[in-house]
Amino acid sequence: MTKDKFYNLILKFYLFFIFVFIFTPIAFSIIFSFNSQRFPTIPLGNFSLEWYIKIFNDAEIWQAAINSVIVSSITCLIATFLGFCTAYSDYRYRFKFKGIYLALVLLPPTIPLIILALAMLAWLSKIGMSGQLWSIICAHSVLTAPFAMAIIRLRLNQMDPDLEAASWNLGGSEWATMRNVILPYCKPAIISSLCLTAAVSFDEFAISWFVSGLNKTVPVIILEIVQGNIDPQVNAIGTFVFFTSITLVITAQIFFLTWQMKGKK
Amino acid sequence: MTYPLVSFKNVAKNFGKMNAVTNLNFEIEKGEFLAIMGPSGCGKTTTLRMLAGLENPSSGEIRFNNRLMNNVKPHERDTPLVWQSLALFPFLNVQENVEFGLKMRGISSKTRQKKSLEWLEKLEVRELAKRDISTLSGGQKQRVALARSLVMEPEILLLDEPLSALDAHLVIRMQAVLTQLQKELGITFVYVTHSQSEAFAMANRVIIMNVGEISQIGTPKDIYRSPTNQFVAEFVGRNNILSGKVYDIKSKIAFIKTNSGNYNFEIIDQNIELGNTLNYIISADLMNFSLVKPKNSNIVNCKLISEEYIGSMVTLFLESVDGTEFKIQMQEREHSKLNIQNGGKYWLSWSKKNVHTLKQD
Repeated sequence: MTKDKFYNLILKFYLFFIFVFIFTPIAFSIIFSFNSQRFPTIPLGNFSLEWYIKIFNDAEIWQAAINSVIVSSITCLIATFLGFCTAYSDYRYRFKFKGIYLALVLLPPTIPLIILALAMLAWLSKIGMSGQLWSIICAHSVLTAPFAMAIIRLRLNQMDPDLEAASWNLGGSEWATMRNVILPYCKPAIISSLCLTAAVSFDEFAISWFVSGLNKTVPVIILEIVQGNIDPQVNAIGTFVFFTSITLVITAQIFFLTWQMKGKK
Repeated sequence: MTYPLVSFKNVAKNFGKMNAVTNLNFEIEKGEFLAIMGPSGCGKTTTLRMLAGLENPSSGEIRFNNRLMNNVKPHERDTPLVWQSLALFPFLNVQENVEFGLKMRGISSKTRQKKSLEWLEKLEVRELAKRDISTLSGGQKQRVALARSLVMEPEILLLDEPLSALDAHLVIRMQAVLTQLQKELGITFVYVTHSQSEAFAMANRVIIMNVGEISQIGTPKDIYRSPTNQFVAEFVGRNNILSGKVYDIKSKIAFIKTNSGNYNFEIIDQNIELGNTLNYIISADLMNFSLVKPKNSNIVNCKLISEEYIGSMVTLFLESVDGTEFKIQMQEREHSKLNIQNGGKYWLSWSKKNVHTLKQD
C-alpha cells in the first residue's frame, strides 16, 4: 500500500514535469508577446500591445494567416471524407488483401516528415503542381487522412452491427441508411476528426515549407522571421497559433470523450 | 388459388464450406404464431434472416404469397424484425425511432407523428415519446422496438429472441403482451427462440431445428407428447427415454427387454414386429412414484440422485441399477408429504398406455 503510494507520487511528479517542460516555453512566449522590450530578458519591461499591432498591420502576415485558414479548412474536409470512406469500407466489407489496404492507408504518419515533404515536392513539381496552395492541401490531406480514419473507425467499431441491417429492414435503401443511420451515428467522430485534422494542418511546418513556394502559411512565415533576427512579433504570432490549435484540439477531445463515455454506458 | 403467406422449398444456406441450414421445407400460414426453436447453432436465426432478406439462400426457393423472394433486397420487403439486440437507433428519441420506417417509406411527417403515437399508445409507452433511448429500461426498450416494427403494419412480424435479455418476471408479462397483440392484429408472427417455455406458451405451431435441419413441425402439444425422434424427445426435456428389443407381442401388447428391465406397452397404430429394436419415451409427469414395490407390470427400482425445484413442481432424477436415468415430475406439496432422501431407493411405475414410440433414425 505504501509502496503503491510512493510510485503514485513519483508518477505524479513525472507527469507534472512533463507539463512544465511542454508548457513553460509556450507560457514564456505568451508573456513576452506583451512585453515592450525588444529582447526577451528579465526583468520585463512594460505591458504593451505593440507587437500585436505590428503583426495586425503586416500584410504579409495577414496573407499567411488567410493561407493557413484556407489550407487547414479544405484539408480537414478532404481528409475527413477520405478517412470516413476508408473506415467505412473497413467496417462494412471483407476483401482480399484488406490487411495490406489498411497498412497502406495508415502509412503516411509513419514516414519522417522531411522525407514525406521532399517526396511531395519532387512529385508535385513533376506534375506541375508545386508552389500553390493546392499543393499544400494535397500534401496535408495525405498526411492527416489516417488520423481521420483512425477516429472514425473507432466509432464505427462501437456501433451495434444490427443497426445498419435494422434500417434496411425498415425500408431504408443503402444510401438512405448511410444518410440516416451511419452518418448521424458517426457525427461526433466526424466533428472530432474535422477539428483534429485542421489543427494538424494548421501547425504543420515541414511539408508546407517544402511545397508552398510563395504561398506561405503561418508556420513558414514564423521561420522566416526567426531566421532574419530576433523579433518579438514571433511571440505574438505564436500566441495566436497556440490558441487556435489548442481550441481545435480541445473541441476534438470533448466530442471524442463524450461519445466514449456514452459508448461505455 | 390461394397460396400460403410464406413457403420454403428445399432451401439451403451455406457460408463458405459451412452448411448453416439444409433441406428447409415448410409453409407459414396467414395469422399464425409460429415459433422456430432449437439449440444455438441450429440455423434458426439464419432461417429468420433469410425471411428478412438479410441472407440469400444458396439454393431452393422462398416465396411470399407465391412471389419468388430469393434476391429481393431487405429494404424492398415488408418483413420488420424485432432484434435480439433490439437495435434501436441511439441518436434518435423514442418517437423518432418509431417513425423511422415510415420516414424511409416517404410518408408525410404529420401521418408519421400520428401513427407513431398511436402505436406507442397501444404498447403503453406513449409518455416516453420524447425520451432518449439510453434512459429507458429493458422492458421499455422492448416495447419501443415492437412499436417500431408494428407501425409498419406488416403482414408478418419476425422476432429474434426478443425476450432473452429481460428479467424472468418481465418475460412472462411480455409473452402475454405478444400473444394478445398477435391475436388482436391477426398478423403472422415468426418467433425464434431457444426457450421451450416461450415457444410453448405463445405459439400455435413450433418448428424444432437441429444442426441446420427441421427435426419436427407440430403444435406444442404434438411436440411435447409425441416427439417423432430422439433429438426432439431430449430437447423438450423431462422425458424418460428407453430403448430395447421386442421379445413378444400378445394381443396388441408389445413386450420389450431393456437394460433396466422388461416392460410392455400398448401398440396403437405403430408398425411393430418381433425382434425390432426401438426407442420409446414416457413423459416425466406421467410416471408414478412409490415407496413400496407396486403390483403393476412396468416398474423399476431406482436410487435418487438429485432434485430440481421449478415453482410448485419438483423433478426427481433417479438411476436404476444398470445406470439408466429416470425422471419423474410431481407437485411440490405431494413431494413434501413423502420423506424422500437423496441416495434412497424408490419405485417408479407407469401405465402401458402412456408410452410413445420414437421413429427409428
